[in-house]
Amino acid sequence: MEQGKAIVVTSGKGGVGKTTTTANLGTALALLGKKVCLIDADIGLRNLDVVMGLENRIVYDLIDVVEEQCRLEQAMIKDKRNENLFLLPAAQTRDKDAVSEVQMQELIGELKEGMDYILVDSPAGIEQGFRNAIAGADSAIIITTPEVSAVRDADRIIGMVEAEGVNDPELIINRIRKDMVDRGDMMNIDDMLEILAIDILGVVPEDEGIVVSTNKGEPIVFSNNHLAGKAFNNIARRLEGEDIPLMDLENNNSFLVKIKKFVGLN
Amino acid sequence: MVISILDKIREFFTQEEKTDSGSSSVAKERLQFILVQDRIKLSPQQMEEMKADLVEVITRYIEVDKEKIDMDISREEEKMAMVANFPLKKQRK
Repeated sequence: MEQGKAIVVTSGKGGVGKTTTTANLGTALALLGKKVCLIDADIGLRNLDVVMGLENRIVYDLIDVVEEQCRLEQAMIKDKRNENLFLLPAAQTRDKDAVSEVQMQELIGELKEGMDYILVDSPAGIEQGFRNAIAGADSAIIITTPEVSAVRDADRIIGMVEAEGVNDPELIINRIRKDMVDRGDMMNIDDMLEILAIDILGVVPEDEGIVVSTNKGEPIVFSNNHLAGKAFNNIARRLEGEDIPLMDLENNNSFLVKIKKFVGLN
Repeated sequence: MVISILDKIREFFTQEEKTDSGSSSVAKERLQFILVQDRIKLSPQQMEEMKADLVEVITRYIEVDKEKIDMDISREEEKMAMVANFPLKKQRK
């Protein structure tokens, strides 16, 4: 069997949507029929289990595996909605030094044997936790939001990822608001790509549905009614090599858009 | 008359399409400035000093328009590059 691909999802800045992206991309890939394992590499501050709605099923965690308290398969939680999807949770009561880069490489190497994709949710920051998260990665997805602070940290992280030998990271711009971009109060996609000199993997619009989906522990990709869900599904298909154009962020149902179309302004 | 009303309506709907008037251009400028410092780890003061030194060297040989000198650090592929633009002063006839 062909080896799977390990992708780290990272950002530098916290709170830009790494965990949400990992959960949704993983679920979207599994919905495409791929075997996927999500790894929560945020030791001590685990959250991916909560976003996936799997927090009640944790028995063993990543540290138990590297310390050989259990077998890898025992710690992998099967998703309740999709049998192709697995989660390897982080330990909540340990710190980032409980696992080494070599151990992460070995773990990911083992997972690659049976999986198509391994998505590693990186902790925020540039310390040991980040180094562990990218240790076994073949490629990297950088998440940013259209804010000065987030783009700045993304730039720093791109440099660090490349220094670690993970080449050609790709960017996801999260929480973009078309209305604000249009009135010139939010950086647009081209601005950010020009500044960061990086390839774009996808753009995810701000969507209230994300809050609701996190409340419920159900990734938003299950519903194609949400723009954010659609955006994540598109990104998964791009990872699979499909050529899908960036989503038109326009909400075509808005009253103003309809009138504009009517008077021929669109 | 009809045309002017149509124009007004058009104006109303196109107003929100305006770009570069809002804070995004400020964000972009600030970001570019911040990243220059992050990327080469020089303080703004050191940047100015380097710029002054460079200008001094270059003006020894050619006349440049000091007001319009532009220097930027950017990343191209995996390497950093400093791109400096020294416009020459117009030749006097």
